[in-house]
Amino acid sequence: MTAEPAGAPLLELEGIDTFYGQIHILQGVSLNVREGELVCLLGGNASGKSTTLKTILGLVRPRAGAVRIAGEDVTTRPTSYRIARGLAIVPENRRLFAPLSVLDNLRLGAYLRGGGEKEDYERVYELFPLLYERRSQLAGTLSGGEQQMVAMGRALMSRPKLMLMDEPSMGLAPILVERNFEIIAQVHAAGVAILVVEQNANVSLSIADRGYVLQTGRVVLADEASKLLAHEDLRKAYLGR
Amino acid sequence: MEPRPPESTRIGVDEWVASAAGRTSGHAGAFGLLRRLVDRVPDPARLAIFVAAAALVPVLTSDQYVLRVGFDTLIFALLAIGLNVVVGLAGLLDLGYVAFFGFGAYAYAILSSDHYGLHWPAEASVPVIVVATAIVGLLLGLSSWRLLGDYLAIVTLFFLQAFVVITTNGNDVSFLGFGGSTDLTGGPNGIPGLDPFTIFGLEIDSERGYFYLALVAASIVTAILYLAVRSRTGRAWQAVREDPLAAQLMGMPVNRLKLLAFAFGAGIAGLTGSIQSALSAGVFPDNYDVPLLITVYAMLILGGVGSLSGAILGAIVVNVSLEVLRDANQARWLFLFAILITLVAKVRPWPKLVAVLGGLVGFGYAMHAIVAATWPAGTKGEPAGGDAIGRAIQSWLIHPSHSALEIGNYAFVILLLAVLGLTLVRGVWRTVALVPTIYLAAFVWENRLIATVEAQAATRFLVLGALLIVLMAARPQGLLGSSRVEIV
Repeated sequence: MTAEPAGAPLLELEGIDTFYGQIHILQGVSLNVREGELVCLLGGNASGKSTTLKTILGLVRPRAGAVRIAGEDVTTRPTSYRIARGLAIVPENRRLFAPLSVLDNLRLGAYLRGGGEKEDYERVYELFPLLYERRSQLAGTLSGGEQQMVAMGRALMSRPKLMLMDEPSMGLAPILVERNFEIIAQVHAAGVAILVVEQNANVSLSIADRGYVLQTGRVVLADEASKLLAHEDLRKAYLGR
Repeated sequence: MEPRPPESTRIGVDEWVASAAGRTSGHAGAFGLLRRLVDRVPDPARLAIFVAAAALVPVLTSDQYVLRVGFDTLIFALLAIGLNVVVGLAGLLDLGYVAFFGFGAYAYAILSSDHYGLHWPAEASVPVIVVATAIVGLLLGLSSWRLLGDYLAIVTLFFLQAFVVITTNGNDVSFLGFGGSTDLTGGPNGIPGLDPFTIFGLEIDSERGYFYLALVAASIVTAILYLAVRSRTGRAWQAVREDPLAAQLMGMPVNRLKLLAFAFGAGIAGLTGSIQSALSAGVFPDNYDVPLLITVYAMLILGGVGSLSGAILGAIVVNVSLEVLRDANQARWLFLFAILITLVAKVRPWPKLVAVLGGLVGFGYAMHAIVAATWPAGTKGEPAGGDAIGRAIQSWLIHPSHSALEIGNYAFVILLLAVLGLTLVRGVWRTVALVPTIYLAAFVWENRLIATVEAQAATRFLVLGALLIVLMAARPQGLLGSSRVEIV
């Protein structure tokens, strides 16, 4: 573990226990993301990745533990409150508003800020020049890779301090996965902290600072990305070599 | 973006958008031209043209009947655009909608009639009614927090039925036994004798006045909704309709937006109810039941769910068709016009069209001659209505002077089979089969569907149903709706 820098982490989960009915899903999950970090949360199917994300976003309430954003306890706060505190998400499968234009999708990303200012659009168009060309096209008519750009642009519109990415490599061609992670690295370089939730350990660890490995609702590994990449068990389980 | 000359295509540079104009293929011919012209008119200009054209109607005619039909059409248009907020924008299947219309009407009746001796002027009653109806809408909207789709539809339909039951039995209500019982709604007899609409001392007492009142209300509501659709809230409604979870993840207050849509739609229905009841001068429970709900939904769906101008167009098409079909002569015109326009639009190239039309004329005279020679009574019938065109087709169409209705019944069944058969044959045989099928349709139309007044009443809805089926099959998204975009 690297030395803890001063100040509260941007996002902190402490001893989270989440239940779906009688089923104990997350068991004492603790993790944190500090300002400007790129952290990835790895795990196979049914490891609790999505539930962790839902807990962070406030879509499910944990039975025990605390969710803190920049030191403030938001465990009982609704989703919109957390978004306003600097969270944004690029959901799994993108979930764009298909019959609305690219521009309207971006506008809706900045809903809590009243629709976004010129500089917000400029920032998005600078990262994704293609979206400027496509701005009046309906989001549902774009190709999969372009839709991923809209989803990321939409998340950036709220000027997040921490961007959550749910399975960004899902359903994309290998070349697009690579391109996607280049973009993630680019957004990260612009000063946004990122938490990537992924099954694809190889690509995500190659750009991440740190990583957590989740297995059946528990964090089983937490280390620097380079050390995780070299970890014997992890290589066997996720990288297949 | 600077436009690039087309010859400088570079590898790896995407030019879909830059070359969009050259890649778009529109409709050819007169319909394509019309379509492009209509598309080019901006929405506010469309509204202005519609309002100007509608405002001319009372200038051009003082026929009370025409003005009443115009007034009803505007009322339907108001109802359709109000419903469009809930169903079209926010995507909430509200089947209780006309209860708000009834609520507005009853509220006006209670506030401005001899029923309680209250005679509020409109500038006092209408704001109260709109706000009260919106609050009722808000309360019903609470059900949309946990229910969506068909579940929400059932609960809201239950609300409509509850409204009808309460108004039908509301002539003897007491508040938990306190203060004795009172006649709130007049029961099954309703509340008669409503005050005319009086606003700032100006009493509206003519059909013409009510027409303008409804037109002003429709224009204001349409303008407000035009702005609302393009507002932050309007976009958020559409986001909630498309993907409530994604909307929530963007920080939108999904439940509050749903309530707002319900309240907005209900407020518009309440306003419409107060105007409509003032002209009718009475409110009765039966007027606010499922048949009205189905009519308004038909208008919205026909026009295109989600489209403001579509809702207005749907109201005009449905209500005016229903009125035109009341009269045998007008109905005949509509029938012939519909056949002709469909042939012109669908039969290509034009020599084929000429062949079909020529064949139709020849086939008719031949049939007429054969029947006249073998069964003289078969051509001696009198046309319903009996205007010039009705008499003119008598020498072309078989029209028995007796047992026409019975023959018409059999012919109707044969016609349905013939139409089904038409969909099964292909190529030249379809064109050949088209001629006797249309002739048979004309026969059924004259001898059965518009032959008697009772038949005409049923035919109106039959034709409306056929119109809806044909138009919706041709344009599933409605006349002015946009087709669904699905993410796959």
